[in-house]
Amino acid sequence: MKMTGSKILLECLRLEGVETLFGFPGGTVINIYDDLVDSPIRHILTRHEQAAVHAADGYARATGKVGVVIATSGPGATNTVTGIATAYMDSVPLVVVTGQVPTPLIGNDAFQEADIVGITRPITKHNYLVKDVKDLSRIVKEAFYIARTGRPGPVLIDFPKDIQVATTKFDYPATVHLPGYKPTYSGNLRQVEKAVKMMLGAKRPVIYVGGGASSPEAAAALKQLAETLEAPVATTLMGMASIPKRHPLCLGMLGMHGTYYANMAVTESDLLVAVGARFDDRVTGSVPHFAPQASIIHIDIDPTSIKKNVRVDLPIVGDLHEVLNKMVAKLAEYPQEAARAREETGFWRQRIAAWRESHPVHYTPSNSVIKPQFVIEKLRELSAEDAIITTEVGQHQMWTAQFFDFCRPRTFLTSGGLGTMGYGLPAALGAQAAFPERQVIDISGDGSFQMNSQELATLVQFKLPVKIAILNNNYLGMVRQWQQLFFQRRYSQTVLDVPIDFVKLAEAYGAVGFSVSRPDEVEDVIRRAFAEPGPVIMEFKVEREENVIPMVPAGKALNEMVLSS
Amino acid sequence: MRHTISVLVENEFGVLARVAGLFSGRGFNIESLSVAPTLDPAVSRMTIVTCGDERILEQINKQLHKLINTIRVIDFTGQDCVEREMALIKVSAEEDTRAEVLRIADIFRAKVVDVAPRCYTIEVTGTPGKVGAIVELLRPMGIRELVRTGPVVLGRGPKAVEK
Repeated sequence: MKMTGSKILLECLRLEGVETLFGFPGGTVINIYDDLVDSPIRHILTRHEQAAVHAADGYARATGKVGVVIATSGPGATNTVTGIATAYMDSVPLVVVTGQVPTPLIGNDAFQEADIVGITRPITKHNYLVKDVKDLSRIVKEAFYIARTGRPGPVLIDFPKDIQVATTKFDYPATVHLPGYKPTYSGNLRQVEKAVKMMLGAKRPVIYVGGGASSPEAAAALKQLAETLEAPVATTLMGMASIPKRHPLCLGMLGMHGTYYANMAVTESDLLVAVGARFDDRVTGSVPHFAPQASIIHIDIDPTSIKKNVRVDLPIVGDLHEVLNKMVAKLAEYPQEAARAREETGFWRQRIAAWRESHPVHYTPSNSVIKPQFVIEKLRELSAEDAIITTEVGQHQMWTAQFFDFCRPRTFLTSGGLGTMGYGLPAALGAQAAFPERQVIDISGDGSFQMNSQELATLVQFKLPVKIAILNNNYLGMVRQWQQLFFQRRYSQTVLDVPIDFVKLAEAYGAVGFSVSRPDEVEDVIRRAFAEPGPVIMEFKVEREENVIPMVPAGKALNEMVLSS
Repeated sequence: MRHTISVLVENEFGVLARVAGLFSGRGFNIESLSVAPTLDPAVSRMTIVTCGDERILEQINKQLHKLINTIRVIDFTGQDCVEREMALIKVSAEEDTRAEVLRIADIFRAKVVDVAPRCYTIEVTGTPGKVGAIVELLRPMGIRELVRTGPVVLGRGPKAVEK
């Protein structure tokens, strides 16, 4: 039986196990939206295509599945760009389907035409223009395969309108044939052996974990490795939920706003085991001064990440789950050596404990004004252990990383690589769509929140009870902090001095809003918000000029932290 | 250091843009690039001449591999290989220089492929060094136009690059 391209697309999605789509209709996807009426797949209508991509991204990060987006051609497609770039930088599996003008019009500057394949080429793992309906099912199959395997990432399919109505016999391929795409999973056993020997010989080891260990399986293997060696673990922003913050070996985040003890430990380490991390400049600070005494083992599924930014003594290309399990198995063959290594590194853990004691993660509490860090501590205290936290980008994001004790994988969704303001609310929306019963909290600033605040409408329409905590300082706080520290307090365009009534804003969309300005009201308002069945904005009017510390100024070494503001 | 790299790619829509975009987006140099289908029309072979230190070349190699349409990447630097480039040179041929132009062409085993009243078009094939040398010798005669293909390269001996 022959089927239209549009129907074939939806059938392919169903066969890939897609239950939820995020998108926004338009002229060149109207056939798909018409067929969607008869499809079992749920569609969530965001109010902006950027938000649809962030929502699919939040859905993907929270579930580990591929997030799927539909947008129309031209402006619909270009609106997806920031979302796609965000997912690309953080290795999130997405399939984004954009409508395109009919093939005879491509290149003619037709109405709502944009060369989205050209535009997204450097920010997708791969992309396609469907030129023949006979290629469609193969392309969809490949797109999902590429998105979820190897180092995951977004794949875009540009789907012209005439191909959507063209018909062909539908046959979903069982396998893919991609001669140039064969990710390495297993990890070279001899390299693993060498790595284990290096770990057993290290006196001051540190494991440095990034977003590659975000799956529960990889996180479990990581924990086992760290515990076998009693090796301290520092995480990136993206690696944060891979090891419980309260775990005795966890040093918290390293880098620009990392903990004193994580940065000191990395600086003085003699062996750094990088696990699914890519030595971003926000992590390394000055590269020549980064871990200067350490040998570096780098485990990553993407060979291009290895030796890109720093020298590496022992590279291992492979899937973290497999490689870490092999390491743990190999270590089990050396029980005496492992016991000796644990003993010999005791003084190192004591040294780190001393740093932790002298320079804990801290802030100065106040009885008169709400400290943003206090709100985050209270949110942790009052939320469920499996609550999913999203953030926007800026000071509130760094305070969340510092003060929220994450304890499970896939519970911290934040734009790490691209640093996209406006990510958190739609990402929370996507996570809540995946897990209607779990608590989902967007921790936000007043600046970031306004970049996608229109999604309040989506929350209300689809009954997604996301709780939004806005830490309102009436500033673009992180830029203001830089201006204070490095530009003589010349607050150029960072003052948001408009008295926005966030309570009324929430109510205008049919959500609930609370606003507080006294520390003793914080706990009560969080309890009330969590008790509400629908979406809620909690506005906390916080200390306006609170700074994120410690801070390694850009280009400085990790041990050159500014410790007080 | 100069490197000559062969890249086997699936002969698909946009693949040249992917490779060229990779070089421009990551700030790698392209000195020359030539591309055409291989014996298997589904596969094209690109020859790219680039330069950079060891770290950059390692990244170029890995990043090229990372493209989904890339099947193989071979860096011929330091390997025994045949490297050839072709140039077409439109050079002035006045009464007093015509003989000299022909003599130079002859020395380089180049061919005159087009003759006009005061102008020859010369075809020359050889290593990039040889092509550069004839260009320098012809320059004083007045080169009106020059086009070079950029080098292509094959390893010496019976062994062939496999897909």
